[in-house]
Amino acid sequence: MADIIFIGLSLGSILLLIALGLTIIYGAMGVINMAHGELAMIGAYTAVMAGIHLNLNLILAIPLAFLVTATLGWLIERLVIRRLYSRIMDTLLATWGIALLLQQMIRLSLGLAFFGITIEGMGTGLQSVTLPEAFSQVWRIGDFVLQPYRSFIILVTLGLAGITWLLLYRTAFGIQVRAIMRNPEMAAACGIDVRRVSSITFAYGSGLAGIAGLLLAGLKTVSPDMGASLVVDGFLVVVVGGVGSLVGTIVSAGLLGQINGVVAILSNDILARALVLGLVILVIMWRPGGLFNFKGR
Amino acid sequence: MPNRALAANSIDVGVLFSQTGGLSIIEKSLSDATLMAISEINSAGGVLGQQINPIVEDGASDPKTFNEKASKLVIRDRVASVFGCYTSASRKAVLPVVEKRRNLLFYPTYYEGSECSKSIVYTGAVPNQQLSVFIPWIINTLGKKKFFIVGSNYVYPREMAKVSKILIEQNGGEWVADEYLELGHSEWGAMVGKIKASGADVVLSNVVGDSIIAFYREFINQGLTHAELPICATVTAEIEVAAMGADYAAGSYTSVPYFQAIESEANTSFIERFRAFTNDPKAVSHHAMESSYFQVYLWKQAVEAAGKATPAAIVEGVKGQSFDAPNGRVTVDSDSLHVYLTPRIAQWQADGQGKIIEAYPEPIRPFPYMAYGETEDSLFCTAAGLDTAKL
Repeated sequence: MADIIFIGLSLGSILLLIALGLTIIYGAMGVINMAHGELAMIGAYTAVMAGIHLNLNLILAIPLAFLVTATLGWLIERLVIRRLYSRIMDTLLATWGIALLLQQMIRLSLGLAFFGITIEGMGTGLQSVTLPEAFSQVWRIGDFVLQPYRSFIILVTLGLAGITWLLLYRTAFGIQVRAIMRNPEMAAACGIDVRRVSSITFAYGSGLAGIAGLLLAGLKTVSPDMGASLVVDGFLVVVVGGVGSLVGTIVSAGLLGQINGVVAILSNDILARALVLGLVILVIMWRPGGLFNFKGR
Repeated sequence: MPNRALAANSIDVGVLFSQTGGLSIIEKSLSDATLMAISEINSAGGVLGQQINPIVEDGASDPKTFNEKASKLVIRDRVASVFGCYTSASRKAVLPVVEKRRNLLFYPTYYEGSECSKSIVYTGAVPNQQLSVFIPWIINTLGKKKFFIVGSNYVYPREMAKVSKILIEQNGGEWVADEYLELGHSEWGAMVGKIKASGADVVLSNVVGDSIIAFYREFINQGLTHAELPICATVTAEIEVAAMGADYAAGSYTSVPYFQAIESEANTSFIERFRAFTNDPKAVSHHAMESSYFQVYLWKQAVEAAGKATPAAIVEGVKGQSFDAPNGRVTVDSDSLHVYLTPRIAQWQADGQGKIIEAYPEPIRPFPYMAYGETEDSLFCTAAGLDTAKL
C-alpha cells in the first residue's frame, strides 16, 4: 500500500513540477507556452553539459539550469511574446515555432554541425546524467523501499511550490502579478509596469521548467524531443486545476498522479493513462474553468 | 538521366534508409554499413566486372516516404535491388512496391516474423533465432522458472511474447505476467512495482527504444538486482547500454546473433574498417548494422551465381548462398529467404560491452511463423510461398 501511494506521490510531484511554471505564465500572461517542454529539455541538457564540461553533479547544476532557462525565457519574452500580447492563437504558433527552433538548436550543436563541429553532450543522440552516489542506494523500511531520488524530487517540488507561494502571496511583486492575473488593464491603470512584471514572470516560469527538466533527466534519457510529451501532461494539470490557481495546480497534480499510480498498479499503465484523460474531459465538462477557478480577466 | 550514362559498366542498386527524422540515429549506421560493403566490393573489382553504383534515398523516418522513394528507385532508376528499411512499418510500406514491380528488397533488421514474401530477402533474426536458445538457457542454466514478460505495445514485442510462451511451456517454466507499455513511455514506477510484487524470478524484456533506459534505471532504483532477478532482453544492445550508463545493465543478459564484443579476426577487422569508413573512432556496431553489411556480400554472390543482375535472377541466385560474416557463417534458407544465424547470449559488463557467455555451436534455421506453430517438420513458408492452410 505504501508502495502505491509513494509511486502516486512521485508521479504527482513530476506533474506539478512541469505544471508550476506553466500555470504562472498562463495565468499571469494568458500565453499558452508551447515551448515549455523545450525549456525543460534545455534544463536537462544544462545538467548533461555541466556534468561533462564543468564536472558539476546534478544537485549543483540546479541553480545553473534555472539561470540558463530563465535567461532564455526572458529573451523569448522580450523578442517574441511581448509583441503578441492578447493574440492567443499567434502566441500559440510563435511558441510552437520557438519549440522547434530549440530542438534543432540542440540537434545541430547550436548550428556548428553545419561546419562539421560537434559539441560533446549535444547532437541527435541520447544523453544521460549520472546520479550522485547518495541517490543510488535504497533505504528499506520493512518491505517498503524508499527511493532517495524520487523522494528528493518530491521534496524539491514541494520546496519550489512553497517558494512560488511566498513570492505570489507575501511579496509586493506577487501582489502585482496577482493584480495582472485578475485584470491587466486595471493593474496598468494603477501604475503597475505590466511589461516588466510579465518579463520577470515569464523568466521565472521558464526557470522552473529548467529545473523540472534537470530533475527528470535523472529518471529518463535526455534527447532533443523529450519536451513534447511533457508539455501535454503539464497542460492537463493546469486545465483541471484552474487557470492561474496555484492551489488548484497542486491539488490537481496530486490527484492525477495518485489516480495514475493506483490504476497503473491495479491494472496497467495504458488503462491508467486512458482513465486520467477521460477524467480530465469530465472535469472540464462539469467545470469548464477547472476545479479552483476564480472570476477574472 | 545521369544513371543511364553509367549503366554500361555499372549496376545500380538502391540504398533506402532514414537519413533524417527520429529513426536516423540508428538508420544512418545501417546506411553507412551498406555503403561500406559496396565500396569494399567495388575496390576489389566489383561484381561480374562491373562497379556497383549505390543510389541513396532518404526514407525520412516516415513509411509513406519509404513507399514513394522505393517506387522512384524501382520505376525510374530501375535498380537491380534495394537495400533498406529498419522498422517493420517501413518494410510493410515498401513490400507492395517490390512485389508488384517484381523487384527485390534486402531487409537487415531482426523482426517479428510472420512474413513470407518472395520479393524480400530477410537477413536479420526472427523470434526463434533470438529465443529458442535463450529461454531453455534461462530455465536450465540460470535456473529461473517464473517469467515476467514485459514489452512495448506494438507488433514485435507481442509476437516475441507469443513465441516466448510456447518455449517457456515446452521447457517446463511458467509465465506470471505479460505486460505492455506504450512505445516511448518513460515512467516505469508502477510497472517495476508490479514486477517486484509478482513473485517472478526472471524478467523477459521486449522493450524497445529509449523506454529501455528509463526501465533499467527504475529497476535498479527500486532496489532490484540483476543477480537476484535478472532482466533477460531481446532488444537491449550496445547503444542503449551506453545511453543508460553501463552500471544499470551490468549483470543482465541479452540474446542476439551479433555483439560488438565477438572475439574474432573478422569482427575486429570489421569494426576497425567501419570506424575508419565513418571517420568516427567510437562508432558502435550492432546486429542490424552487421546484417546491413553482410547482406550486400550475399547479394554479390547471388549476382555472380546467376550471371546477371536482374531481380528475378538474383532471387534465384541468392538461395543457399553462404558468407563468412563478422558474426560467423550465414546461409540463406532456400525456402523462406530468411537467413541461418548463430544465437548468442551475452552478459552486460560494467564497461558497457557484452561478455558472450553462450553461443550455439552452429547457425540455426529461421522459422518466421513459429508463433503460429511452424517447426522443422511442418514448414509454413516454403519456396512456393506461404502455406495458408496451416495458419
